[in-house]
Amino acid sequence: MKRVGIPQGLFYYYYYPLWKVFFTFLGAEVVKSSPTSKKTVDIGVNLAVDEACFPIKVYYGHVSDLLKKDVDYIFVPRFISIETRSYICPKFMGLPDMIKAGIKELPEIIDMTVDLSRTDKGFKQEILKTGSFFTNNKKKIKEAYNYALEEYKRFGELVRQGYTRQEAIKVWEGEEVFLSEKADLNIGVLGHGYSLYDDFISMSIVKRLRDMGAKVHLPEHIKGEDIEKEAASLPKRVFWTLGRKMVGSAFYMDKNSDIDGIIYVACFGCGPDSLIGEVIERKVKKPFMLLTVDEHTGEGGIVTRLEAFCDMLIRRRKLSESNISCYG
Amino acid sequence: MKVTFPAMGNTRIAIKALLEGLRLEVIPPPPITKKTIELGVKYSPEFACMPLKINVGNFIEAIEKGADTIVMAGGWGPCRFGYYAQVEREILKDLGYDFKMVILEAPDFKLSELFTQIRDLAENVSFLEALKAVKFAWDKLKAVEVMEKDLEYYLPRVKEKDKAESIYDYALESIDKAYSKKKIDNILAEARNAFCNLDFHGENILKIGLLGEIYTILEPAANYDIVRHLGRLNAEVCRAVYTSSWINDHLLGGILGKSNHKHIVQCAHAYLGSWVGGHGQETVGCAVDFARRGYDGIIQIGPLTCMPEIVAQSVLNRVKGEENIPCITLYFDEHAGTAGISTRLEAFVDMLGRKKEREGTKVPVEIFG
Repeated sequence: MKRVGIPQGLFYYYYYPLWKVFFTFLGAEVVKSSPTSKKTVDIGVNLAVDEACFPIKVYYGHVSDLLKKDVDYIFVPRFISIETRSYICPKFMGLPDMIKAGIKELPEIIDMTVDLSRTDKGFKQEILKTGSFFTNNKKKIKEAYNYALEEYKRFGELVRQGYTRQEAIKVWEGEEVFLSEKADLNIGVLGHGYSLYDDFISMSIVKRLRDMGAKVHLPEHIKGEDIEKEAASLPKRVFWTLGRKMVGSAFYMDKNSDIDGIIYVACFGCGPDSLIGEVIERKVKKPFMLLTVDEHTGEGGIVTRLEAFCDMLIRRRKLSESNISCYG
Repeated sequence: MKVTFPAMGNTRIAIKALLEGLRLEVIPPPPITKKTIELGVKYSPEFACMPLKINVGNFIEAIEKGADTIVMAGGWGPCRFGYYAQVEREILKDLGYDFKMVILEAPDFKLSELFTQIRDLAENVSFLEALKAVKFAWDKLKAVEVMEKDLEYYLPRVKEKDKAESIYDYALESIDKAYSKKKIDNILAEARNAFCNLDFHGENILKIGLLGEIYTILEPAANYDIVRHLGRLNAEVCRAVYTSSWINDHLLGGILGKSNHKHIVQCAHAYLGSWVGGHGQETVGCAVDFARRGYDGIIQIGPLTCMPEIVAQSVLNRVKGEENIPCITLYFDEHAGTAGISTRLEAFVDMLGRKKEREGTKVPVEIFG
């Protein structure tokens, strides 16, 4: 049985169920890299160029981790565009080439190109090309993809139920994840999924906020059309898919009276974040905090800022409650 | 209507000529100084790339000199440049400035739509006049590039570097003031003559390919004037990007003569299989091309956190090994310590020189890792 390695980074958090089912259906064994750890980061930082953003460095670490797991292939897709007239980020467009240039003695790389910016014609070809690593039966490849798509939809439904993407993957794989219902504060948290839901990169921001008694609202919990509607209020359409989702979610949360404050988790060196964060910060009226994460691991700074933010929200609420006239 | 525009090296001369030709009152952005950059850095997002910060500085200074309309270009990604104008407008508005922003862009970039936008900007000129303005601006652009190439050629070869630079500076100033094609031709001939009359030192010259992000290459204030710096170290610089060839390749689809853009993309293909926005793929392609044409070394420059250049840089690691060419990458930001850059450039040039002296014995590429 052929073993396909999937690095636990970047679009893993968005598409892992799809990929896993697709490859398994075609008779391959799917091997994940180990969850991000200090070691993954150290290796990644050494392999990648200094200026690359943190999630990319971590991804290098994950690919390198797979080398030890005796895999026949490593799946490193090239994401140009996942919807019409929008892009992800230049780094995703060059990812397989960057990996090949940066890591020696790689097994064969399956570098499927996903480009839906104009038509999906080429995409079908790419699926067949990817499947052809395992079988020549085109019908079976199509079947595998359709089946994978079903599972991907099921995963999408899980994501909408209040889980983070990482938790949703766990639930999808059959683990139980307990969500606490008790919540005093409602905080919207935004960020690129691959940094926000990687516990190491984001230093478990979502978990920490929950422990502080906050209910965390994520872009995944908002309806797609609501996000698009809010994002369309900008004079120019944001041409980064994830960036536009964040702008839309931020505006939606800003209008939603349930939400007390918004936290944006940005990555040091992330191009879209540097402009999107600015656009959101200038438009949003609610308490807003931008947290930048990178490879430094001092948790104290993050914890202090999260606590201060929550304290501020609670004080602010008391203040506005005491403003209500006692005489009715 | 008093129009201003973002500075990008010597293209300012051509843009100014174009807008003036459209009978607009033009307030060119004042020369980029430390103050410009400070203003830009103060009001721009911290992690935005350098060109945005310089743009903001330019606009603030131009508005304070009386400009009320900003002409800016746009685009549709994935490079951040496409969203510059939007963010810049928000920043300036929040600062309380009153201005109008004209953004030249189209959903799918077509030349015809660019013309329509320029026509809207210049309501009171005839089509013929507009065409003349475009032609004259193009002439100026070509003239400026002839001067830039002359400086790149003569500066490393002459003994009196200061004189070569003042010939160049004077010629550019004259081109900016010139009002006819004939006058421009005269200026070019005079400058060429003056360059030839300088004393040459006759020593070996190193040839270095300069590639990377277009704004950083074109704007001396954004690259510590790297061309002159290298010229003074007796290294001849060949740039991968010239404005006129960029316009020909990207806006006109190569109708103004032979373009080597296809060749460059082909060179890149083995190393970088997709375009990555900005100049990423061209950077890789040009690096391969420079290596195969026997250049002594290549220098990649770009603004800090530039996404396409980071992709290119990651891939260049492989290029320099397989094509056997020394290469360094320099990123620039608002940090103003020139000593660090000078030291690195000098060390790089020294190393290339030693490598050339020991002709035949190759310097291991690892040294430049």
